[in-house]
Amino acid sequence: METIKFIVKRLAYSILVLVGLSVLMFSIARVIPGNPARMALGPRAPEWTVQKLREEMHLEDPLYIQYYYWLKGALHGDLGMSLVTRRSVAYDIKEFFPASLELALYTGIFMGIVGIVLGVISGWHNNTWIDNSVRIVSYIGIITPSFVFAIFFVLIFGYILQVLPTMGRIPLSVTPPPRITGMITFDALITGNFALFFGTLKHLLLPAISLAMGPMSQEARITRTTLAGNMSKDYVAAERSCGLPERTIMFKYLLKPSLIPTISIYALDFAAMGNAFVVELIFNWPGLSRYGMNAMLRKDLNATVAVVMVYGILFMVVNIIVDLVVGFLDPRIRLGTKSRE
Amino acid sequence: MAFSIPESVWGQKVENKMQKNFSSRKKLSRTWEYIRRKWYKFSRNPLSIVGLALICTIIFSAIFASYISPHPESAGKFVNFSEASQSPSLAYLCGTDRFGRDVLTRIFFGYRYSLGMAVIVISIMAPVGIILGLIAGYYKNSWIDTVIMRITDIFIAIPPLILALAICSVLTPSIFNAMLAISVAWWPWYTRMVYEVTSSLKGEFFVQAAQVTGANTTHILFREILPNCMAPVLTKMSLDVGWVILIGATLSFVGLGAQPPIPDLGSMVADASSYLPDLWWEAVFPAFAIMLVVLAFNLFGDGIDDMLGEEKGG
Repeated sequence: METIKFIVKRLAYSILVLVGLSVLMFSIARVIPGNPARMALGPRAPEWTVQKLREEMHLEDPLYIQYYYWLKGALHGDLGMSLVTRRSVAYDIKEFFPASLELALYTGIFMGIVGIVLGVISGWHNNTWIDNSVRIVSYIGIITPSFVFAIFFVLIFGYILQVLPTMGRIPLSVTPPPRITGMITFDALITGNFALFFGTLKHLLLPAISLAMGPMSQEARITRTTLAGNMSKDYVAAERSCGLPERTIMFKYLLKPSLIPTISIYALDFAAMGNAFVVELIFNWPGLSRYGMNAMLRKDLNATVAVVMVYGILFMVVNIIVDLVVGFLDPRIRLGTKSRE
Repeated sequence: MAFSIPESVWGQKVENKMQKNFSSRKKLSRTWEYIRRKWYKFSRNPLSIVGLALICTIIFSAIFASYISPHPESAGKFVNFSEASQSPSLAYLCGTDRFGRDVLTRIFFGYRYSLGMAVIVISIMAPVGIILGLIAGYYKNSWIDTVIMRITDIFIAIPPLILALAICSVLTPSIFNAMLAISVAWWPWYTRMVYEVTSSLKGEFFVQAAQVTGANTTHILFREILPNCMAPVLTKMSLDVGWVILIGATLSFVGLGAQPPIPDLGSMVADASSYLPDLWWEAVFPAFAIMLVVLAFNLFGDGIDDMLGEEKGG
């Protein structure tokens, strides 16, 4: 009951924040000088068509009426037309989102597994050469921008070793599978096309790793710190004095409380996906972030606002899930006390 | 007898002067002691010293870029096609780009822009964020708190990089607008941090004492509460220099930040990335330069955290 109340409260609050975010994005998009109608029609369109389109787009009305029309459209699933693709933005989002989600999923798998394993190893071998080398790796991961990783990986694996593809999503020789989920690896598994699955996986590897390096290092560091801190606690000493093997202490008693901070950081990194904007551009990954980036570079305002809103919604949903999961895992954090008083 | 008065006055004066001297010297020695203790805490971790040394070197190279760089003319609009695309050599330590400009020189000047940008962004947005956080935390549970914190929540609802990109995209790309965009995307994090500290400090006795003695709100906010928020704020500021440089580089990497011919590290990597792997030095050295400056501020920030953080068992 408590949980349901909490979810409802958070959802209602999130909707409020989303409305605020849409107002913010809308006003950012509309304050700029320039004529969206002229941009939509091109420089050679006659003046009267531009004027007509301006009226149709409600550009002559005051800002709050424009917002009203935009919100009305958005609630009906109409986010306007994209200037880049000349299609409706809602259609474009449906088209491009699965690719970004797929990339994010594999990034998440990679950074979750590697980050936590590295963190546990270095926490276990606290202050040894293993710990120090993991620390150096995680420093490198944290200080390097994702686009630098992307470029280095393209250079090393794409040009010098020539073992992994660096562009696009599927091998050129393969026909795209029928669209079921839109995520090609899953579609390939569903249809039983294993050659396609591995081909796509190869394409996923470099962008996913370049995206994962930063968050992965962060997780390794946090896991290590929490684990090392918990190791000096009394209950561990008690377990040791009872003669429990180190392995049991580690996996049965230490890991669970030590992973809680990691999980919240992990989920936020997963939801942020902000770095994907640049990485998708470099690897020419046909996802929502590349679409959003292109929209931003060409001042395609409808698409920009929509993409930012999609990421905002995603970020919020994940935040709510994190609070639930952490509350579930850690009985010390009660949901009731964690929400704002 | 007649001389006794001036003598005693003289004596008093000297005594006063001596006392003053003594107390100021005592004060000085106390300050010195304080600095020494802080320095000890900071320098216990050798990595912090490395960070500090790196920062000093980078700042030095940024300030004196026009004197120490081997080919200062490369920083601006300059072409020298006879020397174009040369690999690293003694004359050009990091090679030259395809216009014949020295990459090392451009890195030094790039630091100048990156550091300038970071310092300006932080000195604009941190005070705004801090003041809003102080006010919201002090008036917790009133409408002021609600308004400020709800607006903060809206800005925090999307990752700062996406917000900065979105704002940059509607403005004319320039280094100034990039700074504006980063500031707009970044201030809420300071507000939230200061808000949490302030709202927990609000009920402390020293704040209540100040309230009882009739201190005005400005005094309580800036003299009583603010100094107690400074430790996390300073740590965050020193770490943020690196992050702002990183986001600035990302913005110019996609072409929404500094515009040519300004030698920006991010746009240098971007320009060179289309000529990989042949002109690798054009991309690799600026990329290392970005990593170096972010590393420096990270190490330094960790040191500041050790220095100002909670006393851990004395």
